[in-house]
Amino acid sequence: MNGLTVFALTGVGLLVIGLWALVLRAHLIRKVLALNVMGSGVFLVLVGAGAAPDPVPQAMVITGIVVTVSATALALALVLRIDTATGKPTLPEDRERDLMDEHWQ
Amino acid sequence: MNAWLPLMVLASSLVPGMIIFMLPEKAVALRTTLNLGGAVLKIVLLVLMMIGVFHGVEYEFRLPLVPGLDFVLHADALSLMFVNLSAVLWLATTVYAIGYLEGSPHRSRFFGYFSLCVTATVGLAMAGNLLTFLVFYEALTLTTYPLVVHRGTEAARKAGRSYLAHTLFGGVLLLAGTVWLYSLTGTLEFVDRGFIAGRGIDPDVLRMIFAVLILGVGVKAAILPLHGWLPQAMVAPAPVSALLHAVAVVKAGAFGIVRIVFDVFGVEFAASLGVTLPLAILAAVTIIYASTRALFQDDLKRRLAFSTVSQVSYITLGVAIAGPIATIGGLVHLVHQGFMKITLFFCAGNFAETLGVHKVSEMRGIGRRMPWTMGAFTLAAFGMIGAPPMVGFISKWYLGLGALEVGQDWAVLVLAGSSLLNAAYFLPILRTAWFDPPPESWPEERSFGRKETAWALLIPPVMTVAATLSWGLFASMPGTPLDWVQFIAARKYAP
Amino acid sequence: MTDWLAEAPWMLLAIALPLLGALLAFLRPHRAAMIGLIGAFMSAGAALAVLLQVVFGGPRQYEVGGWGAPLGINLWADGLSAMMLAMTAVVGTAVSIYARVYLADSPNKVRRFWPLWLFTWAALNALFQAADVFNLYVTLELLGLSAVALVALTGTGPALWGAMRYLLVSLLGSLAYLVGVVLLYHLHGTLDLTLLGERADGGLALAIPLGAMIAGLLLKIGLFPFHVWLPPAHGSARAPVSAVLSGLVVKGAFYLLLRLWFTFSPEGEGLPILLGSLGAFAVFWGSIQALRQERLKLLVAYSTVAQLGYLFIAFPLAGMDPALAWGGSIYLAVSHALAKGAMFLAAGSIMMQGGHDEIAELDRVVDRMPLSLAAFALAGISLAGLPPSGGFVGKWMLLQSAMAQGLWPWALVMIVGGVLTASYVFRVLGFAFTRSPHAHESHNVPHTMEWTALLLALGAVLLGFVAPWALPLLDGVLP
Repeated sequence: MNGLTVFALTGVGLLVIGLWALVLRAHLIRKVLALNVMGSGVFLVLVGAGAAPDPVPQAMVITGIVVTVSATALALALVLRIDTATGKPTLPEDRERDLMDEHWQ
Repeated sequence: MNAWLPLMVLASSLVPGMIIFMLPEKAVALRTTLNLGGAVLKIVLLVLMMIGVFHGVEYEFRLPLVPGLDFVLHADALSLMFVNLSAVLWLATTVYAIGYLEGSPHRSRFFGYFSLCVTATVGLAMAGNLLTFLVFYEALTLTTYPLVVHRGTEAARKAGRSYLAHTLFGGVLLLAGTVWLYSLTGTLEFVDRGFIAGRGIDPDVLRMIFAVLILGVGVKAAILPLHGWLPQAMVAPAPVSALLHAVAVVKAGAFGIVRIVFDVFGVEFAASLGVTLPLAILAAVTIIYASTRALFQDDLKRRLAFSTVSQVSYITLGVAIAGPIATIGGLVHLVHQGFMKITLFFCAGNFAETLGVHKVSEMRGIGRRMPWTMGAFTLAAFGMIGAPPMVGFISKWYLGLGALEVGQDWAVLVLAGSSLLNAAYFLPILRTAWFDPPPESWPEERSFGRKETAWALLIPPVMTVAATLSWGLFASMPGTPLDWVQFIAARKYAP
Repeated sequence: MTDWLAEAPWMLLAIALPLLGALLAFLRPHRAAMIGLIGAFMSAGAALAVLLQVVFGGPRQYEVGGWGAPLGINLWADGLSAMMLAMTAVVGTAVSIYARVYLADSPNKVRRFWPLWLFTWAALNALFQAADVFNLYVTLELLGLSAVALVALTGTGPALWGAMRYLLVSLLGSLAYLVGVVLLYHLHGTLDLTLLGERADGGLALAIPLGAMIAGLLLKIGLFPFHVWLPPAHGSARAPVSAVLSGLVVKGAFYLLLRLWFTFSPEGEGLPILLGSLGAFAVFWGSIQALRQERLKLLVAYSTVAQLGYLFIAFPLAGMDPALAWGGSIYLAVSHALAKGAMFLAAGSIMMQGGHDEIAELDRVVDRMPLSLAAFALAGISLAGLPPSGGFVGKWMLLQSAMAQGLWPWALVMIVGGVLTASYVFRVLGFAFTRSPHAHESHNVPHTMEWTALLLALGAVLLGFVAPWALPLLDGVLP
């Protein structure tokens, strides 16, 4: 298999894993992490699916990373605020259930 | 000038209205000046317009509104009739309302909406196509709503809700019908004898469109079974009831029916489609049903409300009988009923304001205490019954004759029956008012010195009923509504 | 002098001015309000200048820094962009003037609001002028981030939750969109919209990326059933923020959707009908929920959910006369921006006056705040599609399109939707005229706040009269 195709398929895999965690995890930091994983997946596909080295996708990925960093920073600040203001780092409808984590009370 | 005169007629009530909204409550003199000034100015402009039309001038204002369709204000004979009716009665109601609401709170708001309401009515009268008519029809709903809920009670809110539910429902029917029609004909301009015939459109589709459109305007015209809002709206102050029932809303609905039958479909085409007969039957049922309901109402305004439901359907009946003479009867009743009914509501308001009398059962001997008001009421009631020389007789005469002319003899029975019912619910009031001894004390009497009531409350009903009396006595002279209507009706039929 | 004015890079300035304003307001927190307001006026001016440039000179392009695509950034302004820029300028100016007064008592909020708001405005102006799909991603992301921060500004628990939910949905939507961009690039070798339009032929190579992008955008627009985040976010934000969110931010994503649709002109009936059906559900669901609300701001927020549904009804109607259907939808979008903005501003004033926003307890607020109530009523008239208003014109065009093609169900959806909208608007008005048995606090509300709401509402009504002059702007843009 072509090395680049491996990257692309990994990227798709990351997307799927990230989406799964985003929906099913209750803790907000896990959700933010999930989105980051998904973002990395997209970047992998972007760079990995091409044939020859191509400056355009590389430029796009760099921009994308910058955007993702800003978005993550905002998200984490918001999570912190929620935890301070409401006592728990979750959204209200998720409080009772974390579909993947049996140890959550 | 030709394009601006219709706009100025609109502005003569719109601009004072907007200014009045801004006035503080205490600015009575300024508000009164604006109100009356606007009303008088409107009448002056209308006289100018009538002179112009008489000399063959065309007044039209056109503005593109949506792709392919214009907003059109146009002064033809029919619109002038309705505009004049509105303008004159607006003046009378303004005088009355000034007296009636003396000392009440929120008068600036009231008169502001009042002026907007009349603007909408006048715009509706001058609408030159179905789109413009629709615009003002909805505007009328929106501007009359605050008047219905003016008192701020829970009952007023509920009445307003019912009013809106009915009128908005009618509005969407009218919208749906208008768009549907436009998609088939590509035009919506009102034309004498209609613009639908001869286009090869499927008659079944046309019948459905007719039903939708008529139901849409029929809500405001209080045709059965869409009349429910009218008795409930009596919770509003008397000037509002007077305006709604004689001028604005109900007549707008009736006017809509007239326009749709004559200037959209064309009366002879509509008859050939077979839609006029069901409409006539619906009108007849409304007439009888509402008159019967009126018999059982003790609240005076509610009795008059049901009487309105019944009387406005005379107009519909006249239109639906689809003969030239019946048309005259129906159209002229638009004017006659307006004046007679407004008189009755003015009087009802007087009884309530001066003596706290709201019910028929409280009206014993009221004729002795308020002779002029009761006198006006009596004459107007005779007009409703259709007794000569009152002008109501003229309308019924033409309606009956018109029915016979086209072989719809059953309508004469309806008219006769309705006259009997009218007598049944008016004559006892007259009898008890004039011939029964008055009670020890009235529910809530206000004294006006030696006058029976305030001038502003007394003069309007006397003037409006005097008009109806004079038109009845001098019916064949030029310049009466009858004369004007004969001119209009002739053009709606093929020569 | 006039030549210089005419040739100045207004397109770039429309983005740079609010950006600079945001930075300055951030660096000088004590002067944030004044810098913010001046920045707002200048941004509005630049946007209107672009409009004039397009009206008189036709669509134009601008290469930022002189570096062209594909590594540089190209700006493109045509009739649709100009219309959106103007819409943002009008609503933005009104909101800015309102916010200046509304936030006067909270210096903490003031120094955070202005940078974020101007940043949002910059993102919007950039979005409306972006010419390639990746730039659209960047601007979309920026827009989402600043909007989220604005929601969080309120500081309460519900607002923070609403902001978090909005952020998560927004990021997910952007990622979906980005997936589409990635696929498009690898399949067709370019990011430029015009070139993509020429190269993409349809079939799976177009369907999959476009599908991903549309899914992402639907999340960001808040179309049923992806609307769940919208009422909490729009309902718990401060009044000027809600006005921006409902009026402008969701329109950004919708604009993007339209651009993609016009560029690629997807064939087939399935997708348009699906979009139209989702729109119909949005209309019904949003309106019914609005009727059930007890709080004014939530009612207005659910109204947004419903009104957004209307915009999508154009999709199944665009077969016969595209200009008519799309023109109607776009006109509805612009009218909604003004009307909904006015409605939120008015609601904010009413809330400030009485200290609460419970509908059943409005207690004849028409006496105390006639201007705000007039603004609310006029805005409601436009939303319900009653004449005369921009909403009526848009609705009429869509109805005409539906009737002309015999597509009754869509016409019925719009008509019933109009009745439902009028119902919940008048429910509020009914209570506004009625006395309440309970006593309430009474605060003074500055006139500026009431007037901005009213003028914005009058703008929505005025749109009902200018359609014959505004719609020709869209010639050449619509398929």
